[in-house]
Amino acid sequence: MADTTPTLRMSYREACRQALRDALMADPRAFVMGEDVGKYGGCYAVTKGLLEEFGPQRILDTPLAENGFTGIGIGAAVAGLRPIVEIMTCNFSLLALDQIMNNAATLAHMSGGQFAVPLVIRMATGGGRQLAAQHSHSLEGWYAHIPGLKVLAPATVEDARHMLAAALADPNPVLIFEHVVLYNTEGELDPAVQAVDLTQAKVRRAGSDVSLVTYGNSLPKCLAAADALAAEQISAEVIDLRVLRPLDMATVIASVVRTHRVVIVDEGWKSGSISAEIAARLAEDALYELDAPIRRVCSREVPIPYAAQLEEAALPSVAEIVATARALVRPQ
Amino acid sequence: MADFTMPALGADMETGTVVEWKVRPGDHVRSGDVIAVVETHKGAIDVECFLDGTIDDLVPLGQELPVDAVLASVRGPESAAAPAAPAPTTSVPPAALPSHLPVAEAPTAPMHPPTSHRRKVSPAARHHTQALGIDPDTLSGTGVEGAVTLADVARSAHAAPTAAPAGPSITPANTPTRPRGGFDPDQMRRAIAAAMGRSKREIPHYYLRSTISFAAAQSWLSAWNRTREPAERLLPAVLLLKAAAKALAQFPQFNGLYVDGQFQPAPPVHLGWAIALRGGGLVAPAIHHAQNLPLPALMDALRDLVQRARAGGLRSSELSDPTVTVTSLGDRGADEVLGVIYPPQVAILGFGRIVERPWVVQGQVLPQAVVSVSLAADHRVSDGHLGGQLLAAIDSALQSPDTL
Repeated sequence: MADTTPTLRMSYREACRQALRDALMADPRAFVMGEDVGKYGGCYAVTKGLLEEFGPQRILDTPLAENGFTGIGIGAAVAGLRPIVEIMTCNFSLLALDQIMNNAATLAHMSGGQFAVPLVIRMATGGGRQLAAQHSHSLEGWYAHIPGLKVLAPATVEDARHMLAAALADPNPVLIFEHVVLYNTEGELDPAVQAVDLTQAKVRRAGSDVSLVTYGNSLPKCLAAADALAAEQISAEVIDLRVLRPLDMATVIASVVRTHRVVIVDEGWKSGSISAEIAARLAEDALYELDAPIRRVCSREVPIPYAAQLEEAALPSVAEIVATARALVRPQ
Repeated sequence: MADFTMPALGADMETGTVVEWKVRPGDHVRSGDVIAVVETHKGAIDVECFLDGTIDDLVPLGQELPVDAVLASVRGPESAAAPAAPAPTTSVPPAALPSHLPVAEAPTAPMHPPTSHRRKVSPAARHHTQALGIDPDTLSGTGVEGAVTLADVARSAHAAPTAAPAGPSITPANTPTRPRGGFDPDQMRRAIAAAMGRSKREIPHYYLRSTISFAAAQSWLSAWNRTREPAERLLPAVLLLKAAAKALAQFPQFNGLYVDGQFQPAPPVHLGWAIALRGGGLVAPAIHHAQNLPLPALMDALRDLVQRARAGGLRSSELSDPTVTVTSLGDRGADEVLGVIYPPQVAILGFGRIVERPWVVQGQVLPQAVVSVSLAADHRVSDGHLGGQLLAAIDSALQSPDTL
């Protein structure tokens, strides 16, 4: 019975923590490494309590040296361990970009398949918590550009709970982008679900008039927008991409075949973004299904501002998603 | 604040009636947007606005108003120089912003491609019409920017299950037409009478005529068309039009408007193309920058214009912009035509039908395709000597069709 399972409802943060704990218990090769993950408990408190439970051999506090400790993670992975590297925010991951791109993403290819890099890097992403322009950007679209990486964007408690295990099972480097606003959100966990795939986008809400294609913290915004649109008799389908590389375009196109209209909602900037990639692929592969122009709701092309009203205005909003979808379905 | 006024869609228009607003008060309009449908003696015309800003104070539908009457007001673009990031609500004067801050570029507003005469049809709707054999140009669009959508196609397929297939002909015989709102043949006849009466009263016409060999053009055209699908083939009229446009670009005295006792030359050649309407009457909408259009593009423009002239959907700029007129009677017309200038233009070129005639080639009489070209021009602006040179330039252009 459902009520015999004690932790059905939990926060996204707790789901991330339980996933780490499970991974550490399941595989003695697994360890967590990053800035403030140990004594401090993680700057978003995801690793709280893990040092006490698993000890300093498995929970490693590192200096503020992203390129260095990411490189150590790659070496450990090549040598047979299962490192889980935490980078405090994806903004700082740029310091480790050389290791991620030139080593993690390439070694399997450059060694002719002799070395695999079974590395998992978790990073916080996104804006909405007034952390200003050096802590609020959404750079997952950049990483989705790089062959050799798998890029995940868990948007639900279920994905936060189960994507890590799937990522660790993958023989190649996997990047997980956890949105900072999602950490405090809560959701139900279905105890029957014990694993998730890393291949498919998911229809989070079925609809027939317009597809809202999104991921990460824009998913709850799109679901709220779909509610508002439903009140206007507009039926919106919400697609959660879940995996940004490789993109599951089959699911996106299947949705567009049903609705013939699409709004892509992405907290990244428009120019050269994952939203641009999706729009391009729809134009390439589903042009004759489109009954209206492809539209995008993205962040304003500015460094994310600190002031609350400005930050709110810079990020995609429910109202903007509703207005954009409505203008496609009811132009006049 | 600027006024959006009733446009003059030719010198023969005195009044018009707004029958549809395509915007609502408070909407943002951009230069080139079609924002209203105005009923005139030429039928219902899509009227463009050449202002940027927020529109308001729309006049009610259905009132007959004179040319230049204010139809709406347009407030200028909201602080075009301000950064795209939302400004703080506290009153920081713009001058207080540090000047070194880069203005953020925000590609959020949809970009409009340069004005195109291509009808907006959604890709899905276009695909669907092909399967059903419906010509999407005959459907009215309810989608984004007036595009024809799947729903429009479904409605039409339901209403007219035996729609005529789309064909390459520019004179489709049985194409279902969108009802031309407010088109009244008697009213159009009165307007033509007024404009042509004024022309004959005011403009001292002179007339010149030449017969031009069309043999080189015809053999070039046959070679071009032989390897192409019917939809891509060119009609002889396209070569005549292009030759005329190129020649007119060389002789500015025939391309422009005579206004307030003065001739104002117009650098681009916006060729008014006389189109006969079924049910009587004619319009001469502009093919913009005709001298620069490659032949296939000119063919597309011609086909598009003829269909829209007959089915509805001409734009106001097409009716107000022509700088000169060309009339071609086609293969069912007469051997030659002497035109009446459409004021305030200063010239009209007329092509007769292409016919086989005895022609002397290097001392021998041979059957040859020939075409008559005539010029009626305004003697206040040019003289016959120059007119002769214009006709000679058309002749010479048609002898080298590969350079057209």
